[in-house]
Amino acid sequence: MSFNRHGVWAIYTFEMARWRRTLWQSLVAPVLTTTLYFVVFGAAIGERMDSVDGVPYGAFIVPGLIMLTLFTQSLSNASFGIYFPQFSGTIYEILSAPLSSLEIVLGYVGAAATKSVILGLVILATGACFVELNIAHPVWMAAYLLLMALTFSLFGFIIGIWARNFEQLQFVPMLVVTPLTFLGGAFYSIDMLPPAWQTATLANPIVYLISGFRWTFYGSGDVGFALSLGCALAALGIGLAWVWWIFRTGYRLKQ
Amino acid sequence: MSGDAVLSIRGLSKRYGSGLEALKAVDLDIHRGEIFALLGPNGAGKTTLISAICGIVQPTAGRVSVDGHDHQRDYRQARQRIGLVPQELHTEAFETVRATVSFSRGLFGLPANPGHIEQVLRDLSLWDKRDSQIRELSGGMKRRVMIAKALAHEPQVLFLDEPTAGVDVELRRTLWTQVEALRGRGVTVILTTHYIEEAQELADRIGIIHRGELLLVDDKHRLMRELGRRQLRLHLLEPLAEVPAELADWAPSLEAQGTELVYRFDQRDGERRIPELLARVHALGLDYNDLNTSESSLEDIFVDFVAQRSGA
Repeated sequence: MSFNRHGVWAIYTFEMARWRRTLWQSLVAPVLTTTLYFVVFGAAIGERMDSVDGVPYGAFIVPGLIMLTLFTQSLSNASFGIYFPQFSGTIYEILSAPLSSLEIVLGYVGAAATKSVILGLVILATGACFVELNIAHPVWMAAYLLLMALTFSLFGFIIGIWARNFEQLQFVPMLVVTPLTFLGGAFYSIDMLPPAWQTATLANPIVYLISGFRWTFYGSGDVGFALSLGCALAALGIGLAWVWWIFRTGYRLKQ
Repeated sequence: MSGDAVLSIRGLSKRYGSGLEALKAVDLDIHRGEIFALLGPNGAGKTTLISAICGIVQPTAGRVSVDGHDHQRDYRQARQRIGLVPQELHTEAFETVRATVSFSRGLFGLPANPGHIEQVLRDLSLWDKRDSQIRELSGGMKRRVMIAKALAHEPQVLFLDEPTAGVDVELRRTLWTQVEALRGRGVTVILTTHYIEEAQELADRIGIIHRGELLLVDDKHRLMRELGRRQLRLHLLEPLAEVPAELADWAPSLEAQGTELVYRFDQRDGERRIPELLARVHALGLDYNDLNTSESSLEDIFVDFVAQRSGA
């Protein structure tokens, strides 16, 4: 047995079953939140706003909204998935199973990323109900969605191992990623900011990630697509290296 | 010796980050098909030993080989042969019994086998509960679910960490019967316990662990003979001020203000002297309204054993 595919599949299906049991929180709640954004920003305010870079405001915010939900849901889903077995003690079985660290990550992160991609597509469909969407680069859009889902699920996995309690589990998605996403051009183009703020905003890594996704929709973004893609791949690389280090040192998983 | 060893442990040590030396160079061979009881008080290192073998705790030093497979270099082969039932009831609340047992089989790299899962559940009297969520089950059933999970991948070696701690007498009996049945199917069972009667009832061999050191490993009968102590207690009708000289050969003691005459003896030869003692008591005209014999507790054995070692 050089690759424990049954083991990876067991973790993956277990996580997906957990998601189905809590479909209300996992899918309906984010969709409802997103719908509210559309109603408030898209319909109510958007009609009084000019188009941004030639895109109507309601459509302009769709990629940012998908990214916002994708970031926070990937983080909380993946972190909960690996945190809870440690909390309940069932992690003993994962640790004593003939699974390599890569296989454990594949099972948990793969499931979390799958849920995020489904969620992203559902929000996209929800958006299409409110505004007219023309996706300029659909293949890039799908690939970029997958890349972001994987990257943030990986970071979620890391948070789940690092967290000591449920508050810490919520800390990064609520207090780091959500503000950075709001300030990272999810709802506006950074061209709309005063020059000093534009420069400050460029220090926010989320800007590059959201800009890339918007490019796949409208062919333009706050920064070039190559730069965005580079940042996205770098983020994935950091996540992978970090997880590799965690398993190599046994950090918090094994005494 | 190691020819028929299904599990071979050499120099296994664990020092926790806190500095606690939980295991001190443990050497142990477990024979194929036996039931081995690891006896020790709480905090002796029993769970650490099991955890280090199963991959839950990273050992500081030492080697473990499971059926010839090194537990770190060849961990897949080694772990596939091991089933673990931890002491605490760690279960998923919302999964069904059948789903959680099937999940365990998958984790250990085996394709689904509903027939085997059914057999395991039937053997543990869980088949009727197969579609129940685990949170609906009683504590005793949850423990059996844990055993079913550990057996789902058909392991050769099963670790039971304190299987009957906090379990009522009836369930304890049931579990003992089930452990016997496992042995009958060729599974090697290693259980930890701090109940001496559990080790006595089940085990072929017993190892005593104390403060991270495996003090001795021996055949059960020999060990109980060597180390077990018993006492005979006579409740006298009239208190005695001192032990009569005629009883000096037995060196009994007086307790409870002279109303209890207690004779302590080891299992090797003490028993044979009981009738003689009672005859002598009778001849002395000492009346008693009750008598009982009891075996020493594990704690007593430890105290004796440790005292013996430090005296030697």
